[in-house]
Amino acid sequence: MPAFKIDDQEVEFIPGQSVMQAALAADIYIPHLCFHEDFKAHGSCRICLVMQNGRYLSACTIPAVEGMDIINIRDDVQEQRKQLLELLFIEGNHVCPSCEKSGSCSLQSVAEFCGLLSPSLPFMYPNRSVDASHADFLLDFNRCILCELCVRASRDVDGKSVFGISGRGSNAHLVVNSADGKLVSSSFEKTDRAASICPVGVILPKHRGFKVPIGKREFDVTAINERRENDAG
Amino acid sequence: MSTGSILQANDASAIVNTVKQVMHPLFDQTYLLQYLIKIQALYACIPPAAIQTLHEKLALTEAQIKSVISFYSFLSIDYQGKYRILFSDNITDRMAGNQSLFHQLSEAIKGADASIDFTSCTGLCDQGPAMLVNGHAINRLDTQRINDIAQLVNNNESLTNWPDNLFKIEDNIRRGDIQLNARAGDGSGIKNAMNLGYQKTLQILQNSGLRGRGGAGFTTAKKWQLCKQSEAVQRYVVCNADEGEPGTFKDRVLFNSSAHSVIEGMTICAYVIGAQKGFIYLRGEYLYLLEHLNDVLQRRREAGLLGQKILGKLNFKFDIEVHLGAGAYICGEESALIESLEGKRGMPRIRPPFPVTEGYKNQPTVVNNVETFWSVSRILLKGSNWFNKLGTKESTGTRLLSISGDCERPGIYEYPFGVTLQKIVEDCGGIETQAVQMAGAAGNTVLARDFDHQVSFEDLSTGGSFILIGGNRNLLDMLTNFADFFKHESCGFCTPCRVGTSLIADTLHRFEKGQGCSGDLQHLKKVLKLMQKSSFCGLGSSAPTAFLNVLENSPDVFDCGMSVESAEIYFDLNAATAEYKKITEPGEKGI
Ligand SMILES: Cc1cc2nc3c(=O)[nH]c(=O)nc-3n(C[C@H](O)[C@H](O)[C@H](O)COP(=O)(O)O)c2cc1C
Ligand code: SF4
Ligand code: SF4
Repeated sequence: MPAFKIDDQEVEFIPGQSVMQAALAADIYIPHLCFHEDFKAHGSCRICLVMQNGRYLSACTIPAVEGMDIINIRDDVQEQRKQLLELLFIEGNHVCPSCEKSGSCSLQSVAEFCGLLSPSLPFMYPNRSVDASHADFLLDFNRCILCELCVRASRDVDGKSVFGISGRGSNAHLVVNSADGKLVSSSFEKTDRAASICPVGVILPKHRGFKVPIGKREFDVTAINERRENDAG
Repeated sequence: MSTGSILQANDASAIVNTVKQVMHPLFDQTYLLQYLIKIQALYACIPPAAIQTLHEKLALTEAQIKSVISFYSFLSIDYQGKYRILFSDNITDRMAGNQSLFHQLSEAIKGADASIDFTSCTGLCDQGPAMLVNGHAINRLDTQRINDIAQLVNNNESLTNWPDNLFKIEDNIRRGDIQLNARAGDGSGIKNAMNLGYQKTLQILQNSGLRGRGGAGFTTAKKWQLCKQSEAVQRYVVCNADEGEPGTFKDRVLFNSSAHSVIEGMTICAYVIGAQKGFIYLRGEYLYLLEHLNDVLQRRREAGLLGQKILGKLNFKFDIEVHLGAGAYICGEESALIESLEGKRGMPRIRPPFPVTEGYKNQPTVVNNVETFWSVSRILLKGSNWFNKLGTKESTGTRLLSISGDCERPGIYEYPFGVTLQKIVEDCGGIETQAVQMAGAAGNTVLARDFDHQVSFEDLSTGGSFILIGGNRNLLDMLTNFADFFKHESCGFCTPCRVGTSLIADTLHRFEKGQGCSGDLQHLKKVLKLMQKSSFCGLGSSAPTAFLNVLENSPDVFDCGMSVESAEIYFDLNAATAEYKKITEPGEKGI
């Protein structure tokens, strides 16, 4: 099998695999948010950037090539990731202590892994709404990082295209495909793949608040870098 | 002028019929954007009944259709009035006084059935300030013209009856060299290519050293070769006429003055790579060129230079269709352009695969700039030596520069690569030039002390724009203008560019108000460098260039925007407590 290196460790790959896929298969953690092994690579969050030949590239979008020498965990690379995470935090309204997803949130966990403790840039405090129309699920748009995992899951697995992105630039935002734009009027169901895919606290099941106490949640038990992708529910 | 009056959007069944006519006979998803542009022109909005009809006939969800509408600046759900007036807002328009003219017109047409706003550079920088009325360009605005326009609007005069002289656009070709002085486009370039065969044609292009004129400078022969080598059901030729780089207008002039040559270049490409279908992606701002282009295409079909059996050759068929853009700079990026050609939001794709292997409809596609195709038409007539004897080692031949800003003779100049900035500034009559802005908002800001540098891919590269900044200008105004541009034009896909462009704009507006502080500059630098390194596409990675140039070479520019130099961050107490005041101040309604 052809091979390349990640942080001096030899990684074998099947031609056609991305650096991220090869890394996951070899149990090497490259921090990421918009990537998920069940879906086509997206490349929007940029958290998985790694250094190759002095340039930053996103591990999820570059094909693995024989002889590559990839740098994954090193201070300068982690620093770029920290800054990207900081941008995601200031762009939305992330009030972790009161968020049901706290402890099971990939954004929070990846930030911890990369060493981001608190942002230094000014918060943007966007004015975003909450959609509580659905009986079983809540949408809190304040926390959306536009990873489009829900868009991909609903379109490619559920065959429904319940979610989409509208607007451009800083106006880009998640929308629900229904006559009035509300979740309740869409074909969304609690058994959808899209219902359990959100890495942050936007798409949340109702009636379960604090069922698992803080301290015992997913990433409280196993840190995100020590866990296999599909372990989570 | 072809624009009729705006239709009333209150009769749903009439809308359904009109929209069906617009879609007839193709009813094709990949034409969604083209349908929407037509519907917008008819109704000054996309009415709900239209969305419903598109949804039913094209098997797209309403949310998908709305998300396409929301991506393009020239499309809207809301009614824009009988007259949609958009002032071009490039830095050159600002330097020529567009802001006060905007306010003059806003006041003068209050209450009219019209809407008025700013838009990104419309490519009339050599004859600005400029505006678009229902997509049609008007140049050389001054108080007199604004008065005339206000009167026409207030009299409810149909655009068809507006005086022709308002819509006269000039070419302003100031300096020609070998390419502008040569004639091509009558089919002899295609004939030569066909006699030579595709391999020798590629060899001539290779020897000429021609590199793409759209910005990145990829070797044209190599691009065509890669496309030809790729497995394909179909191959496509796409002419990138999005010309969104602020300050660039050479493609507009080429289409106006030598469309035949550009189309001949595309046809030669089709012959070489074996394509049967081509597109010209024309930016919406150049709507007034559409009729002319379609006319030229039709004449070439009639002359046997397009369509079936080109120049009598049985198995060579190729035709070209013009697609319009609708106000999105990112659609100049080749993979976003292809998405837009497919009728979707203009979002850049993951690369690789590059368009030469997976482009339009995932088939191998050559995307070249207008000027690149235009040069091909000449090289196939005059030979590679004629071309490569001029220029530098890595940048052969000549190229067109769009020159604007503080100079006496703005317009189009053709120069061999390697020309110094000093020479250009002298030729166009630069007025106390303190700096030149190369390659639109995304390029280098070159200070006067560096004018011995050359225009070339090795030294200072440009997509064609060359804006002169006079001694009395404040570079901070220019940067603020660019910051607004990038914030408006970022597609919003990736984290660094979506959030970064917002942060840059916020910061520069603080400096504009004299509320900047030293901490801001440190944050700014950090964010700019992050964008350069980590953005998903060229927009985000090139946007920081001018800001970093000025921060590094002329940091005192920011001094005038500083309030408390010692402070790390600025805190605006009034802004922070505004909501609270609204609730508590007497006379205001509480929650
Ligand atoms: C944000 C952005 C905008 C662009 N705009 C244009 C444009 O308006 N016209 C153009 O020809 N190329 C533009 N490009 C470059 C194209 O992606 C592509 O490289 C070019 O069309 C290839 O043609 P060429 O090889 O003839 O230069 C842009 C690139 C980026 C990243
Ligand atoms: S709702 Fe969640 S899954 Fe969907 S785009 Fe936002 S963050 Fe991603
Ligand atoms: S850099 Fe990112 S957000 Fe900016 S235009 Fe490119 S893909 Fe869109």
